[in-house]
Order: sequence, then C-alpha cells, then structure tokens
Amino acid sequence: MGGTNGKKLNLKLKVWRQKNSKDAGHFEEYDAKDISTDCSFLEMLDIVNNKLILEGKDPIAFDHDCREGICGSCGMTINGNPHGADRGTTACQLHMRRFNDGETIVIEPFRAKAFPVLKDLTVDRSAFDKIIQSGGFVSVNTGSAPDANAQLVPKEKADLAFHAATCIGCGACVAACANSSAMLFTSAKISHLGLLPQGEPERDRRVLKMMETMEEAGFGNCSNTGACSLACPKDIQFENIANLNAEFLRASIRSRD
Amino acid sequence: MKYITSAIGRKQLMAVTGLAWSLFVLSHMAANLLILFDAEAYNKYSHALISNPAIYLAEAGLLLTILAHIVNGIRLTIENRSARPQKYAMPTNGEKAARFQSKWMVYHGTLLAIFLVWHLLTFKFGTVYMVTYNGVEMRDLHRLVLEVFQDPMYVAGYLLCMVAVGFHLSHGFYSAFASLGLSHPRYMSLMNKFGYLYALIIAAGFISQPIYVYCIAVR
Ligand code: HEM
Ligand code: SF4
Ligand code: FES
Repeated sequence: MGGTNGKKLNLKLKVWRQKNSKDAGHFEEYDAKDISTDCSFLEMLDIVNNKLILEGKDPIAFDHDCREGICGSCGMTINGNPHGADRGTTACQLHMRRFNDGETIVIEPFRAKAFPVLKDLTVDRSAFDKIIQSGGFVSVNTGSAPDANAQLVPKEKADLAFHAATCIGCGACVAACANSSAMLFTSAKISHLGLLPQGEPERDRRVLKMMETMEEAGFGNCSNTGACSLACPKDIQFENIANLNAEFLRASIRSRD
Repeated sequence: MKYITSAIGRKQLMAVTGLAWSLFVLSHMAANLLILFDAEAYNKYSHALISNPAIYLAEAGLLLTILAHIVNGIRLTIENRSARPQKYAMPTNGEKAARFQSKWMVYHGTLLAIFLVWHLLTFKFGTVYMVTYNGVEMRDLHRLVLEVFQDPMYVAGYLLCMVAVGFHLSHGFYSAFASLGLSHPRYMSLMNKFGYLYALIIAAGFISQPIYVYCIAVR
C-alpha cells in the first residue's frame, strides 16, 4: 500500500465509559500515541485497547465485524458525528489520515432511548430487528424457481429499491436525528420492499405494522431535518421518508382492519 | 393503530395546519401592504373584513387550526426530546449538521404563539378610533397602527417576531410537503428553494410595514 509516508499522530481521546446499561457512565481520557495515519479508526482503538490490556485495565468495548463498511456492526459518535465527519463512510472505513496531530477526539456511543448502552460504545440495536420482524419481508411461493424476468420491474423502480436495500442497519440515522427517530431506516425498508411487485401483497400492512413497531420501540417522530441522510454511510436518501409518509397515508385510508 | 394518533398522522396534522396558516399569513401580509399607500383603502379593507359575518367562521377556523398546531407541536417536541434521555457531549457538525432552524421549530413557534396574543391585544382588542368615509362609520385602524409603530421598542419586538416567522417557514413550508408525501427529488428541491422564498416574502412584507411607519410615515 502506498500509505502516507509513515506519518504518526499523537492524539487525546475522550471516550465514554459505561460498565453496563444501569451504570451512569462518564468520559475518560486516554493518550493514543504513535498512531499511523494508515490506521482505520477502529485499528486506532485496537492499539489503545492493547495497551489497556497490557496495563491490566478494562479495554474499551465497541461493536465491529466486517471492517469493510458492509455489515453495519460498527457505530460510534466521533466528535459529535455518527461514524465521524466524513459523508458516506462507516466508522470502520474512517482513516486516521483524516485527523490532525495533537487533536482531541470525543468518542460517544449512539445515543437513543431505543438503543440502550450495553457497555461503553456498544448499544443494543435490537429495536431495529423488531421493526424488521413486524413487516420487513415478502411472501414467495415455494416450488420450482420462477422464470427470470417473468415479472416485469421498471428499471427506475428497481434502481430506487436497490439503493434503499443498501441500508446496513447501522443506526447512524437514529444517532444523528435530534429526535432519535428511526424513520430513515424504516423508510429504506419500505422503499426496498414496497417499490417492487414482489412486495405488493403486504404493501399496506407492512407500512402500518412497521410504523407501529417503530413508535412502540421508543424512537421519536420525524421533523424532516434531514440529519439522518447526511449521517448515513450508505447515503440513503431523505426522499424515502417522504415516500414512507405517502405510503402510510395511503395504507391508512385503504386499511379495513 | 389509529391514524390520527400515529407519528405520521400527527406529523401530517402539523403540515395541514401549518400550511393553512402559511396561506393566511400570506394574505394578511399582502393586504396590509395597503398601509404603505393609502389610509382610506386600508381602513375600508379592514372594515369590509370585520363587517362580514363570515369573519366569525374564518376566525374560529384559524383559532382551531393554530391550537391544534400548537398543542400537537408541543406534544411532539416533548416526545422527541424524551427519545434521547442522555444528551451528546458534542452536537452533529460540519457536513453532517442539519439546518438549525429545523431543530428550533418549537422555539420560534413559541415566540410566534406569544406574538399572536400580543398582536391581537394591540390591534384587534386595542384602542378603538373611529372614522367616517362617505357617511359610513368604521374603525380607524390606520391611525392605531401609526400610533403603535412610533414606539421603537414595539417596532423592535415586532421585527424580532417577524424574523422568527421567517425562520419557522424557511423549514416549515418545505417540511410540510415532505410530511404529506411529496418525495420526487426534483420537486422537493424546488420546494426547498420556494420555502426560503416564501419565508423571505412573508418576513420582508411584514417587516416593511412598521419600518415604513416608523421611518417615513410619521416623520
Ligand atoms: C404564523 C403561524 C405559524 C405558521 C404559518 C406555522 C407553520 C408551520 C409549518 C408549515 C410547519 C411544518 C409542518 C411539518 O413539518 O409537517 C410547522 C411546524 C411546526 N410548528 Fe408551526 N407554524 C406557526 C405557528 C406555530 C406556533 C405558534 C407554534 C407553537 C409552539 C408552532 C410550532 C411548530 C412546531 C414545534 C413544528 C415542528 C413540528 C415537528 O417537529 O415536526 N408553530 N409550522
Ligand atoms: S438508513 Fe443509513 S444510517 Fe440508517 S441504519 Fe440504514 S445505513 Fe445506517
Ligand atoms: S464493521 Fe462492518 S460496517 Fe463497520
């Protein structure tokens, strides 16, 4: 790799430490010394954690899995921004060359009533799973595979549905929203499934159910600020939320339940 | 789930009531521009409004609409705040920050609610002067306006509130269309720009009146 000529950074970290969901939590300061600008943000935390472990201290807990921006596991608030300052980037794909030597970095968990902190920077995002379970599916016939292209899908709708489907369920939209609303996540699922003919049979019931579950889980309401879309590592568009509003109105009018 | 108590249902109630008031403030602003031109026309216009019995229906409608908007807006805001019991040490910033006025709706909104009461007390329920044109006696609201806008403190307070209405609409107008489901990016971006223009026209139109009276009319 080309790298950045082995440049090294010395940083101050202010990290949120919280033993468990009952603990009040507090900020703790750490030095991150000799950090290569080629490190990812999570690798920088690994280095700090290795040192903590060697010192017999409790390492900083954070979620991660793929480290290539596709799984949605990582997520933390870096200097006030979910996944850090860069648009369209997950925390695992954020690199230390984006920081300056001597800088102080404030690291907090995603904060929302619906995402209780489990430990330090890890939060429980199972509220998203509940939203998915309540309506994020389509029904298909069993038996032999249908002919490819037997069902016609307009290219434009396929593209929109595809883009909505790139949501990785990270929760940055909730973390960025002043209201901790899960509208962008939910709307991505509504577009992903509802724009396609395969999702048509459940179309009305899906949007009613998923919204009901979203509200019950303790997420806030949408104020159309658009902060969600700005924070989203997959650039899920705000227009999905407007589409969700229209879908919800349509389903409410048509529903016979 | 009941539509009207749902998150989106209440959001759409905000939108409909907000848009109704947006139209009302536009007509109110535009008609009152008469103050810049002609005292008699100004008084005759207000007389035509308040002597028409349909005014009670219109007033009741406006009152109901704004009450629904206020009560609902405050409830939504309280719920929204409680969805994040532990605040962040740092807010979103840089490219990831939403425009500030969208997060302050309840603050300029509250200022507007206070303004509405103040405004009605000054004008609708204020000093009654009379004037007669061609044998028809009517309120001389023109005289009252000229009198009220000679107080620099009153003018300053009024200007502040009109800036607030500008901020409220610079997000609210566009937001209402998003709430009602307008999702096409082309029209959304158009609406966003139009929302700023609408807010500017309303704020500037209202601001021009006390400025004119204070700086020009009574000099
Ligand atoms: C001149 C009178 C007013 C006009 C023209 C107006 C207009 C609007 C519009 C168009 C919206 C956007 C609706 C949406 O997002 O769907 C809105 C939102 C809002 N208004 Fe007003 N409004 C007025 C007065 C008030 C008052 C007196 C309050 C008092 C608290 C208020 C509080 C709010 C709040 C809190 C929201 C945002 C709700 C949310 O979080 O989505 N407004 N307003
Ligand atoms: S919409 Fe974007 S920010 Fe929200 S969960 Fe999906 S990928 Fe993450
Ligand atoms: S660890 Fe998988 S997206 Fe960051």
